[in-house]
Amino acid sequence: MKISDIQRLLNAELLCCPDELDKHVYSACGSDMMSDVLAYVKDQAVLLTGLVNPQVIRTAEMMDMVCIVFVRSKRPNLEMIHLAEDNGLVLMTTEMRMYDACGTLYVNGLCGKAVKHA
Amino acid sequence: MPDALVFHFDVDGENFTSAGQASTAIKRNLRQLGLPPEIIRRVSIAMYEGEINMVIHANGGDADVIVHEDCIEIILADRGPGIKDINLAMQEGYSTAPDNIRSLGFGAGMGLPNMKRYTDSIDIETELGVGTTIRMKVNLT
Repeated sequence: MKISDIQRLLNAELLCCPDELDKHVYSACGSDMMSDVLAYVKDQAVLLTGLVNPQVIRTAEMMDMVCIVFVRSKRPNLEMIHLAEDNGLVLMTTEMRMYDACGTLYVNGLCGKAVKHA
Repeated sequence: MPDALVFHFDVDGENFTSAGQASTAIKRNLRQLGLPPEIIRRVSIAMYEGEINMVIHANGGDADVIVHEDCIEIILADRGPGIKDINLAMQEGYSTAPDNIRSLGFGAGMGLPNMKRYTDSIDIETELGVGTTIRMKVNLT
């Protein structure tokens, strides 16, 4: 699935890095606990979260993730957007709740299967 | 044998928002050295968890990353309260972090377990009221 597909499926608003929309995403993770996100490496993953602080961006950066979707219309501040832009990390926001957003991506073929240990 | 490359960082304990800056910098440095992405990811995640711990529990400290010929060594030293029970602290889900840290996405009791998960060896020296030094290694071969 491409990042552009995620944006379309979740009816999400793109917040930065429009040039990265053609990148492929192979797995996904939905969580507000960053240490849980850090526990398993995922291949070119998207992170769905309702948490909004700079550590969300840093966590995704450490994991080499390619996209973050903020659910329930949460919005990162400018500092977070700049941090993401420095790393070519796509940010978007959707009105959907976490459960619905994860479910929508899952039924459209994006499973969490690519999870692997380091 | 060539000299090992050493990167040193002061971890600011006052500001949770800036926590992770040292890990970001080390990730960039290791990329410039052309190391494999998987190695870089393991080092930076382990260091990031350690950095967050130093900010949450110990009011910051010193972080050193040493690139040896056969491994990368991460040394995190703080002058915090020390770890009361290391066995408990190594258990997934056990945490002494305050509630306000949990609301920021950390304090799930995964910090030390994740540091162990991503490294080939971890050694913890701690003394109550004095501080904690954590030495981790990620093998290059």
